[in-house]
Amino acid sequence: MSLPLEVSNSGRAEKALPLFLRLTQAGFGDRLFKKITALFAFLILFLAGLTAFTLWRASIPCIQKMGWSFLNTGDWDPVREMFGSVPFVYGTIVSSFLALLIATPFGLGISLFLTELAPKKMREPVAFLVETLAAIPSVVYGLWGIFLLAPFMRVHVDPILIKSGLPIFKGPSTGLSLFTAGVILSIMILPTITAISREVFEAVPNSYRESAKALGATSWETIQLAVMKPSKVGILGAVMLALGRALGETMAVTMVIGNKPEVSGNLLDPSHSMASVIANEFSEAVGDIHISALAEIGLLLMTITLVLNIVAHLLVWATTSKFQR
Amino acid sequence: MKSMKKTMIGALAGAALMGVSMAQAASLNGAGATFPYPIYSKWFYEYNKSKGVQINYQSIGSGGGIQQLTNGTVDFGASDAPMTDEQISKVKGGVIHFPTVAGAVALAYNVPGVESGLKLSSSVLADIYMGVVTKWNDPEIADLNPGVNLPDLNITVAHRSDGSGTTNIFTNYLTKVSSKWASSVGFATSVKWPVGVGGKGNEGVAGLISQVPGTIGYVELAYAIKNKLPYATMKNKSGHYVEPTIASTTAAAAGALKTMPSDFRVMITNAAGADAYPICGFTWLLVHPSYNSDTGKTVTDFLHWYLSEGEGMAKDLYYAPLPESLVSKVEKKIEMIKY
Amino acid sequence: MPDYQTYRRLLDRTMVVLCGLAALFAAIPLVSLLAYVLFQGFHRLDWTFLTSLPTPVGVAGGGMANAILGTVTLVLVASCVGLPIGILAGIYLSEYGKKNKFAWSVRFTADVLSGVPSIVTGIVAYTLIVKPMHNFSALAGGVALGFMMIPITTRTTEELVKMVPHSIREASWALGVSQWRTILSIVIRTAKNGILTGVLLSIARIAGETAPLLFTAFNNQFWPKGVNEPTASLTVQVFTYAISPFKDWQDQAWTGALVLLILVLAINGTAKLFFKNPREMLR
Repeated sequence: MSLPLEVSNSGRAEKALPLFLRLTQAGFGDRLFKKITALFAFLILFLAGLTAFTLWRASIPCIQKMGWSFLNTGDWDPVREMFGSVPFVYGTIVSSFLALLIATPFGLGISLFLTELAPKKMREPVAFLVETLAAIPSVVYGLWGIFLLAPFMRVHVDPILIKSGLPIFKGPSTGLSLFTAGVILSIMILPTITAISREVFEAVPNSYRESAKALGATSWETIQLAVMKPSKVGILGAVMLALGRALGETMAVTMVIGNKPEVSGNLLDPSHSMASVIANEFSEAVGDIHISALAEIGLLLMTITLVLNIVAHLLVWATTSKFQR
Repeated sequence: MKSMKKTMIGALAGAALMGVSMAQAASLNGAGATFPYPIYSKWFYEYNKSKGVQINYQSIGSGGGIQQLTNGTVDFGASDAPMTDEQISKVKGGVIHFPTVAGAVALAYNVPGVESGLKLSSSVLADIYMGVVTKWNDPEIADLNPGVNLPDLNITVAHRSDGSGTTNIFTNYLTKVSSKWASSVGFATSVKWPVGVGGKGNEGVAGLISQVPGTIGYVELAYAIKNKLPYATMKNKSGHYVEPTIASTTAAAAGALKTMPSDFRVMITNAAGADAYPICGFTWLLVHPSYNSDTGKTVTDFLHWYLSEGEGMAKDLYYAPLPESLVSKVEKKIEMIKY
Repeated sequence: MPDYQTYRRLLDRTMVVLCGLAALFAAIPLVSLLAYVLFQGFHRLDWTFLTSLPTPVGVAGGGMANAILGTVTLVLVASCVGLPIGILAGIYLSEYGKKNKFAWSVRFTADVLSGVPSIVTGIVAYTLIVKPMHNFSALAGGVALGFMMIPITTRTTEELVKMVPHSIREASWALGVSQWRTILSIVIRTAKNGILTGVLLSIARIAGETAPLLFTAFNNQFWPKGVNEPTASLTVQVFTYAISPFKDWQDQAWTGALVLLILVLAINGTAKLFFKNPREMLR
C-alpha cells in the first residue's frame, strides 16, 4: 500500500545533504517509519527462529537415537527409552479439526447475529458474554471439563452417539475421550473466531450492504454477497489463529482427553495430544533422551502447524484468484 | 498514539516501582516434589513466622526439582525418588539427600456394592495393572475376598498421565513383586502402561475413580481420605493384610532401617515387618554439600529445624514422620554441609 | 411448486433463526462455566482473600494478594514486550506488505507461532533468561507471555488495518499528509476498535496461562522484592491449589479463578472505556 507517487531518485540527492537538513526532507519520515515497522516485523521471524532453534538443539539426542522411527512408530516408553510420536500427532490433529468443525459455523453464526441480525440492544450483552468466555483461564476449562463436561458427555451425549451405530462412535465411554477434547477445544476457540469475525464484518463499509439491499436482497443474501465475500481473508485469519490455539492448547485438553497414547478410530476412546504429553511429562522427565523426545514433539508440532498453514494459504489462493479482477 | 504513550508510561512506572529492591534478608528458593507440598508449605510458613526467613518452595515435580538444582536456578530441590548416580554426577558439587517424611500410596476403588474392605495381594494387583484380570468378579479377586459380593463389571484401570513420584513408588513396588512387570514395564516416574486411562495428577486419578464405576487407581493416601474413596487392604511381605495408615507407613520406614544406606537413598516398598504397608516411599530434600555463607547458614538452620520442630506437624497432614532412630542419623549428616 | 421468491424468503428466515440458535447454543457452556466458577468460588471471596498472603493447610485466613499483584505485573511486562512488536509488525504487514516475500513470510510465521504450545514458549524464555541468570523472575515470565501475545496482535492488527477503506487514506494524502502520519493518525484511529480487540484477546489469553509461568516466574509464597525475583500469579496458584487434596485450598483455587476472571473483564471494560472508537466514524 505504498504512495501513488514514488520518491524518484531513491534518496541519492538527500544523501548529499548534511544530517540536519536530511532529517527534514520530505519522505524521510516515511522511510524511517517503514524501516522501524519492518524491524519489528523481522523480530517475529527472529522469535520463531529462536523457538525452532531451541527445540531443535534440545531434540538432537532423541533424533540421534530414534531417527525416522520417531515419526512412524507409536511406542512411548520412558523406561526403555523408546519413543514414537504417532498417537500424539493423531490426537492433536483430530481434536483440533473437530474443534474447528464445531466452532467455525457457531462462531460465524454468532458474529453474524451480532453484527447483522440482532437488535441493537442485544449486541453489547451478547458480545460481553463471548468476551467472558475468552477471559476464562485454561486451567478452569480443564477443571470444568473433568467435573461437568466429561460426566455430561458420558451420561447424556455418548450413549446417543453410540446408538447411531457409526464406527467412529463405539462404546463404552468414560467421558474422557478425543471427542470430549474436541468439544472443549471448540468452546475455547469460539471467542477467537467470533471476536475477530465480528470486527471484520463491522469493518465492511455500509455501502456494500446498502447496494445489496437496494437490489432487493434478503438479509441472508445481503450477508452472503456484501459481508462474507470481502471478509473471506479476514475470516481465514481468525480461523488460523483459532486453529493455532487448538493445536497448542495444553491444560484443558490434558484433563479430558484420557492421556492414552494409542491411535484408535473410535472418537470415544481416550487419546493423547502433543501439547499434553509435553506438559504432563516435562517437569518430571529426568532421562536425557526423555526430555529430548519431548522437545522433538514440540518441534514436530511446529512443523505440522507450518504445513497446515501452507495448505490453508494454498486453499485461499486457489479460491480467491477466481474472483480477482 | 496517545493511548500507546499512556500505556508505555504507565508500564514503565510500574516496572520501575517493582525494580526498587528492599533490604536483603537471607531467602531461599526451592523446587521439586508435589507429594510433600502440603507439609513443606506448612514448614516454610512456620519457619518464616519464627525466624523471619523466607523460603519459597514450589511443587513443579520431582524431575523439575532435579533439573533446576542441576541448572543452579534454585538453592535446594526435593524429590520423591532418590537421584541416580548419573544424575548426581551432573550437579556441580554433588548432592546430599535428606529424607523428610514418608507417605503411603493407597489403591482407591469404586466398586458398586463394595463400600470398603477390599483385600488385594501383590500378584492380583500386578495382574490387574497388566490387563490379565479384567473383571471385578474374577476368581483371583474373589478368592481373597470371601463373602464379598463382587459385581460382574469391567475393571477400569486408572494411572497417572503425568510423571510423578507416586508412580515411581507404585511401579517400584510392582517391579519388586512381579517378575513379569519387571521385565515388561519396569519402574520410573513415567512408564508405558499396559492398560488403563491416564488422569492428570493425583486429583485426576481421584476424579476418575469417583466418576467412573469399576475404576481402581493409585493415589497418595491424603487424596483417598479427602475424597472419601475406599481403599484396598494390601497383603504385605510378611503375609499380613495391612491398611495404608500413618502407623503402617512408619512401620515400613522402620523396617527398612536395617538396610538403610548412609546416603539415605532407599526405596521402602515391599518392606519387611508384620505391620508394614507395602507401598510407601520417603521423600527427600536435595541439598548441595557446600554453599556461600548466608545461604549455607539458612539451609543448615532449616534442616535442624525440620528435624526437631517440623516432624511433629506431619501427622496432621497424613504424612508419617521419620522414625526416631533415623532422625539422629539424619541430624548428623547436616554437619557435612560446608559454608 | 413454491416459487423462487418464497424459497428466498424461507432461506432467509431459516438462516436468521439458525444464527440466533448458534448464539443461544454457545450461551449454554458459557453460562455453565460461569455459574460453576461463581458457585464454587464466591463464598470464599472476601477482603481477607484479596489482601492476605497464602497460608498452609490448617491455617485460616489465607489469600492470594501477592498472586493478584503478580498477575498484573506479568501482564504489564508482557504488554511492554508483546504489544509494540505485535502492533508495529501488523502495521508493516498491512501497509507495506502486499506483494513482497518478506511480508508473506512474516505473516506465515506469525500463524505458525500461534500454534506453539504455551509450555514451549516458557521453555524458550527459560533457556534465554532464567538459565543464564540462574534465577526465576517475573521478567522471564512476562517475556514468555509477551511472546505469546505477538501472533494474535500482529494478525488482528494487520487484518483490521487492511480493512480501513482506501478512500480515507487517499483523502489524507490529497490533503498533503505524509504516509506515516496518515497511518498513525488516520488509519490507526479508524482501526482502533479492531486493534483493541486483538490486544484484549491476547491479554485475556495470557492472563489465563499457567504452563509458561512454571519455569519462568515460578511462584512465590511471599511478596516479590523486584522484577528479578520469582513472583506468584493467580493461574499458577490456582493450579497448585486445585490439584491438592485439601478442601480449603480447593475452595481458594476457585475463588482465585473467579478473581482472575473479574480482573480480565475489568481490564477489558476499562480499556474499552478509554480507547474505543465510536462506531459512527466508519458508517
